[in-house]
Amino acid sequence: MDVLQLFVSGLANGCVYGLIALGFVLIYKATEAVNFAQGDFMMLGAFIALGLTNEQFMGLPFWIAVPLAIIAMGVVGYLLDMLVVRHMFGQSQIAIVILTIALGFVLRFIAGLIWGHEPIALESPIAGKEVRFGGLVLGLDEVTIIVVTLILTVALYIYFNRTKLGVAMQAASQNQLAAYYMGIPVKRVHSLVWALAGAVAAVAGILFASKGSIDPSVGLLGIKAFAAAVIGGFGSLPGALLGGVIVGLIEPFASYYIAAGYSQLMPYLLLFLILVFRPHGILAQVHAKKV
Amino acid sequence: MSLLEVDNVTLRFGGVIAVNQVSFAVEEGEVFALVGPNGAGKSTLFNLISRFYDPAEGDIRFDGDSLLSRQPHEIAATGIARTFQNIELFEQATVLQNLLVGRHRHRKSNFVNELLFTPFVRSEERRHRAAVEKVIDFLDLQPYREKYIAGLPYGVRKVVEMGRALAIEPRLLLLDEPASGLSVEETQDVAFWIEDIKKQMGITVLMVEHDMHLVSSVSDRVLALADGKTLSLGTAEEVQNDPKVIEAYIGVSDEHERAVA
Amino acid sequence: MRTVFKTSYDADINLFRHGTQAAWYMALLVLAVVLPFLLSTFAIGEATNMLIWAIAGMGLMILVGQTGQASLGHAAFLAVGCYANVLLQERLGLPFLLSFPLAGVIAGLAGVLIAIPTTKLHGIYLAIATLAVSILADDVIVLAEPLTGGVMGLYAPTINIFGLEIDRYVNPDRFYWLTLVVTVLVILAYRNVLRSPLGRSFAAVRDSEVSAKAMGVNVARTKATAFGISTAITGLAGALMGHFAGIFNNETFNIIISIQLLLMIVIGGLGSIHGAFFGAVVVALLPQAIAISRDTVGGLLGTGSIAIPGLEQAIFGAILIVFILFEPMGIYGRWVKIRTYFELFPFYRRDMFRRQKSYLKTERMR
Repeated sequence: MDVLQLFVSGLANGCVYGLIALGFVLIYKATEAVNFAQGDFMMLGAFIALGLTNEQFMGLPFWIAVPLAIIAMGVVGYLLDMLVVRHMFGQSQIAIVILTIALGFVLRFIAGLIWGHEPIALESPIAGKEVRFGGLVLGLDEVTIIVVTLILTVALYIYFNRTKLGVAMQAASQNQLAAYYMGIPVKRVHSLVWALAGAVAAVAGILFASKGSIDPSVGLLGIKAFAAAVIGGFGSLPGALLGGVIVGLIEPFASYYIAAGYSQLMPYLLLFLILVFRPHGILAQVHAKKV
Repeated sequence: MSLLEVDNVTLRFGGVIAVNQVSFAVEEGEVFALVGPNGAGKSTLFNLISRFYDPAEGDIRFDGDSLLSRQPHEIAATGIARTFQNIELFEQATVLQNLLVGRHRHRKSNFVNELLFTPFVRSEERRHRAAVEKVIDFLDLQPYREKYIAGLPYGVRKVVEMGRALAIEPRLLLLDEPASGLSVEETQDVAFWIEDIKKQMGITVLMVEHDMHLVSSVSDRVLALADGKTLSLGTAEEVQNDPKVIEAYIGVSDEHERAVA
Repeated sequence: MRTVFKTSYDADINLFRHGTQAAWYMALLVLAVVLPFLLSTFAIGEATNMLIWAIAGMGLMILVGQTGQASLGHAAFLAVGCYANVLLQERLGLPFLLSFPLAGVIAGLAGVLIAIPTTKLHGIYLAIATLAVSILADDVIVLAEPLTGGVMGLYAPTINIFGLEIDRYVNPDRFYWLTLVVTVLVILAYRNVLRSPLGRSFAAVRDSEVSAKAMGVNVARTKATAFGISTAITGLAGALMGHFAGIFNNETFNIIISIQLLLMIVIGGLGSIHGAFFGAVVVALLPQAIAISRDTVGGLLGTGSIAIPGLEQAIFGAILIVFILFEPMGIYGRWVKIRTYFELFPFYRRDMFRRQKSYLKTERMR
């Protein structure tokens, strides 16, 4: 296999991981909660799109199904925060981690009930087509994934640093009480962040499902994406993408150059090494506690 | 030789100089107070003595030995105990357990005989408890013995923290704002306790305090700091009347302004 | 509420607070001992399973509940204990009485080995590091096929203690008693840790690392010790699990088991031995409860009993969500409240266990 093609397909995979990782980081940056169900959000978003557009289900046109799925996941994220996560105010991070892990179990079950456990592919116009750059033949799905991810990351970066709501979200994360006194509706801001993370997860899911088939357990990909987020630096949006790309690239190259059995081992080995030697990721964002 | 010698210590955080060439010595058996406006570097000095920070320059000696070669967890074993400005107790443990952690320095058992809970461990436990009961009696903590810290009022927590430091049986006790947030009566108790700690227990006290009334009633010597630098050293009265101190607290004094004009 | 008048320091040091409490626990122990005479073979197996999960739960509880270090990787140490125990018997021909404690020691050392580089990590970072360990262990078992049998797995031999054969299928009551003995020993060790300086230094590290340091507690070493004791106990549970399952491979100890173990002790109630047992009851009985209710519902609707994949985990997850939201102290916390209600009747107040709500301060500042 051509190294360049290996690179592009790894990069496309990495972008999906990066997008899921982006969801982790979004929620973490703004609310300090760690949403372990982010991978299951992605899975759910993919299934909603698939349920809306695939022939065997509702058969809506693709370009109607996609925004609907994104909005639906935004609503799911918002409601989840409003109904469940908000009541965890002031509890430790680990409690929220455990809660969202449990939530992932429930979401996987629900998806299995509705769409079954057989792998299904999303019927999308980008699946199975090719684009040519000079002599290079690339999958349209892979190119689309890379382009969409880039656009989304830049948009989110601008959003968090330039817009009022984005800055409010950051402020709310640093000190909830102070932000509340400054007139920031902390609770609603948090719910909006969860909605945003849900929408991003839906995009990741749609992209992932156009590339291959999915089943409810695909949400476990979230663990890999989580590794990516930590590798890149938890709390940094570019870091999440960087981590995702690293994980995406390390897999195909490890199986190509070392042995097939080692490919899924490498990301976690890297994660462990990063945690030991650079605990807060490549693009770190942590300070020491004052006493 | 002084008990504690802080020798020309400097600490920088990035570009900010938190402590700037500060030197002082605490004599055995005295109560020594650090005063100064917020951000003067008082708590930072405590954290330097506790080895939470590494000084950029200078040396800190306790009983003649440099502390800089020691890890933070080895400081208690030398005989230095401390409290924290924002109370750092073990919230999900009882008052008794908190005080018993203070006895950690005196632990002679290891994890193997503790797993088996040998008679030796039991006799050690009795010894620790006897020591802790003395502290409980001294600070009148009997009603709270079995209570969890998480449910205790602020004033009691402050006292428990002092008790935990005393359970270490230190030679030097560092008190970081022992009276902050306390009522007038509670502050008076603290003043009596500090007197007793010094006279009955023979423990040297170094404290940071804003309440000048408490400072002048208990301390033998006072060091005033501002912006990480030493301003004035002397008795409480001398320091309070030092023009440099007044200037640091309330800005430029009238006479000074007139003199400049 | 019972008031205990303490007349010596031993009142605080002893295992039981007063005679009545000791009598209750003795009665419980007697009941546990005679249980095989009261239950069917199938139920004995379930009870054994419950005890094994309780041992594993106590192992993790020492780390999470007492020392405050979250681990999402304890299935790895179940695996270490399980494989070490069987390989020591099969390859080196050691008797169970040697291989079993050695399996615990090996798992403990493995835990210390993992702890040394990770003691600097906090909260979520430690959780993700241990998660990585769990996933790596799964892969390593597959890669180390000559030793571990890879995905084909290994068979656990019949236990032989001085000629007394113990096999979970041939004589389940003996295997149950063996597990019970281990359980009681682990409980004793756990209690001993709690009432000695080590247990207090665990609590100190859990509640405030800075002040633990100021009290002379070596935080890194304490964490490593907690890891070691925790993973040693977990390793013992893993060894028993291997004998209980008969055959096992990498899938027996996958990441879901790690997660389930952590969720289990949270449901049971963090920070107490009781919590580990309550959690184990839920984990062990849930599949049975689901099977029974599915048969009942299926019978009523005339659809027969159909297996629904993921149902067990989903119900487990749902129970957990309910507990975290409404009873963060777990089943044990609820039990204490109910007991207090009856002890104080009619003077119980609703706010009795209410804590002041603390607003989230950033955990990025560590």
